[in-house]
This record gives sequence, structure tokens and C-alpha cells, in this order.
Amino acid sequence: MMAEANLALRSPEPSDAAHEQHLIELVQRGHNELFYELVQPYERRVYAAAFAILRNESDAEDVAQEAMLKALANIRQFRAEARFSTWLIQITVNEALMRRRRERTVAMEGLDNRQDDDPEYAPREFADWREIPSEALERKEVRQQLASALASLDPKYREVFVLRDMQQLNIQETAEALGISIASVKTRLLRARLMLRDLLARGWESGWFSRLPFQKGTKPW
Amino acid sequence: MVNRETNSDEIKCQQVWREISNYLEDDVDASLRLAMDQHFRTCVRCRSVLEGTRNVVRLYSDERMIEMPAGFSVRMKRRLQQNARAGHSRWSSWYAWMVPLAALLLITGGIRVANSLTVTHPMKTAHGQPAQEIPPDMPVVVTTGAKLFHASGCPFIHNKQTERILTAREAMREGYVPCLRCMRKYLNTTIVGKGAGSGTDNPDLYANQDDDDLDAGGGGQ
Repeated sequence: MMAEANLALRSPEPSDAAHEQHLIELVQRGHNELFYELVQPYERRVYAAAFAILRNESDAEDVAQEAMLKALANIRQFRAEARFSTWLIQITVNEALMRRRRERTVAMEGLDNRQDDDPEYAPREFADWREIPSEALERKEVRQQLASALASLDPKYREVFVLRDMQQLNIQETAEALGISIASVKTRLLRARLMLRDLLARGWESGWFSRLPFQKGTKPW
Repeated sequence: MVNRETNSDEIKCQQVWREISNYLEDDVDASLRLAMDQHFRTCVRCRSVLEGTRNVVRLYSDERMIEMPAGFSVRMKRRLQQNARAGHSRWSSWYAWMVPLAALLLITGGIRVANSLTVTHPMKTAHGQPAQEIPPDMPVVVTTGAKLFHASGCPFIHNKQTERILTAREAMREGYVPCLRCMRKYLNTTIVGKGAGSGTDNPDLYANQDDDDLDAGGGGQ
């Protein structure tokens, strides 16, 4: 399935996993100088998790660094039952949410909490479809359009989408990281995916992917 | 919106859209999956939604979608290294003053322990003699509630059922003083005696001992 395929893409090779476990044990024994080597493969994802919540590069970078320092300070509490990357992302999400809570007014937070998770969302764009080749992401303008579409989502949909589909947390981990129910994660994830699909379909009509080698007369949606 | 109801098993497009995210997560039961599969074969619009959503998930899960600010990695590494050095420095400064402190504590503790090993309890009677001449390793007899220590077999031992055998050194540490009768040969009777000749049963010597230890009957109990 799609989710499994994505996980397979991100799962470390067995030798990498063994190396990571070895690094974890060394850092847990006090070799802090090896911590960067341990977290370097995940720094991009840590940053993305922070940015998805804070929507500000500077804040996201600051939170990413704070999260890494917190992870280092608590490395002895890490148990191998969880993936190390998941543990890192959860720390980052907690840090980012705390930062956002501090910066938000009570009034704004109350307003956000009143928004419901209406599961009914009707797709608006229908067209013949085909798979968009991943080579499309080599083009900066495509990446920017995708990022822009993501940024336009309501934060509660964006956060769930980023954690589940970009960070590869599972549904339960996403729920725990954000402090919401599994049902809410599923509902928000559905909305996020369908809204992004509509946004990108409109982008297709606007020519975002015009230079991609699609077959004549077909569209990716 | 498409709603073909050709038979009772067919599901509506709205239901497909509601479940499409769970379908991609492989989180629908077998009968629903079968119904959706059948629906996708006949409904072009829902197939468009399905494949468009798949595109969304696949494209956004690509790591190229996460763009970090320039220099992010360098700053992250520097911050972690600074923290590691600061941690080491904190440890070093802590260590720097802890070592002499620990040494001081060890020395102080050692002195106290040494003192405790050599401490002499106050003599159980102010009238006792220091007994400097008594061989320190000589076995002597003490009893509970008494103030004198005796040579084994001394007829002036009281409360014999509580007898303990100690060395003279240990007995003196516990504050016992020598029996003037059985320990006479070790005592400087000239100190105690008031002009009496040494080695004699000077009545003043016995007068310096407490009544409890002086067996009026001349025999042990």
C-alpha cells in the first residue's frame, strides 16, 4: 500500500539501523560529540515538522535546535521500542506546539479550538489522471507550488498532513504528537489530502507541470 | 457528482470520498474495499480523486519537498558542538572543585574514623586510674553495669552472667577502669595511694572505687 511504500522508502537499511543503534548507545554512555552524527539524517525532517507548525523559518530553525538539544539531554530515556526518528519528531512537535502556544493569544487559541472537523469535503476538480513522475520535484517551481499549496491549508490540516505524509508518523503517533484523537487525525488527513489534490489540479490547469513529459491529452488528476 | 446506483452493493461517490484516505492507508474492511474497487472501475471521477490523492501523498513524502534554510546544518552542528563543549566545560568546572572537595571530605572522614577507632569513653568512675601500664592486648573481663575491668578469675567481679572478654585497650576505650585488686601490679599505686607503700592493700585505694565494684563480700556473684 501507499503508506507502506512510503515507510519502506524512509526505513533505514539494516546496517544503517545497526549503526544508528550503536551511535545511540554511545551517546547514552556520554559520547555527546557523536550526537550530531546520530541526528544528521533527520535534521531535514525535524526542521520540516517545526516549520509545519510555526510557518516561520527562523522560529522553525530555533525550535529544531532546541528540540535536538532536548533530545540530547534526554537521550538516556530513549527506548528502542520506538523509532529514533519518531522520537525526535515527537520532541520537535512538542517544542513547536509549546512555542506556538506561548506566542498565541488566548482568544485566538479559543477560536481555533471551536473549529470542527467536518469530514464532508467534496472534491471539485475532476480530470483524466496519471501518475506525476517524481522527477517533477527536480524543478524548483514545482516544489515551490507544492509548498505554497501546503502553506495555504488551515494549520490543523497542515500539521496532520505533514506529520503523517511527510514525516511518516503513523496515525497513532500523529495523534499522540498533536494531542488529538485518532478519529480527528483521520478526518483531518482526509481533508488535507483532498484539498491539496484540488489545489494541485488547479495548478495543473495553470501550467505548473506543463514541461513534464506527460502523454498528450492526459492530466495527472 | 456521480451517483450510479445500478445495484444494491454499489456505493455512492460521497462515501468513496469519505473513505478514500482510509483506503490509501489500507484501513478499510474487506467488503468496503471490494465495493470501492468496483466503484473505481466504473467511476472516472472517483478514479481521478483516488489517483490525484495518491499523487499528493507520493510527491509530498519525497524528501526533496523539505527545503531547509541555507546554512541550517552548519548552524545546527555548531550549536550541538557548543552544547557538548559547554556540557564538558560545566563538567570540568564542577569536577575541578568537586575533586578537592571530595578529597577534603575523605580526609575529614578519615580523621573522624581514625578518631572513632581510638576514642576513649569517659572513665566510668572519676576515681579510676588511667592504667597506662596494663598491656593493651591483655584479655580482661567486664560486666554490664560495672565500672571496673578485671583479670579473669578476679573474685571481685560482679554480675558475672553479663561477663564480656575484651582486651584491656577495648575496656579502657569503653571507659572501664582497672580493678585495684587484680590489676594492682600494673598500677602506679603511689599516684593513688596517700603515702602508703606500694603493693599493699591500701584502704584508700579501695575507697576510690565505687561500692558497686567493690565486693563487700569478697566474692563474685
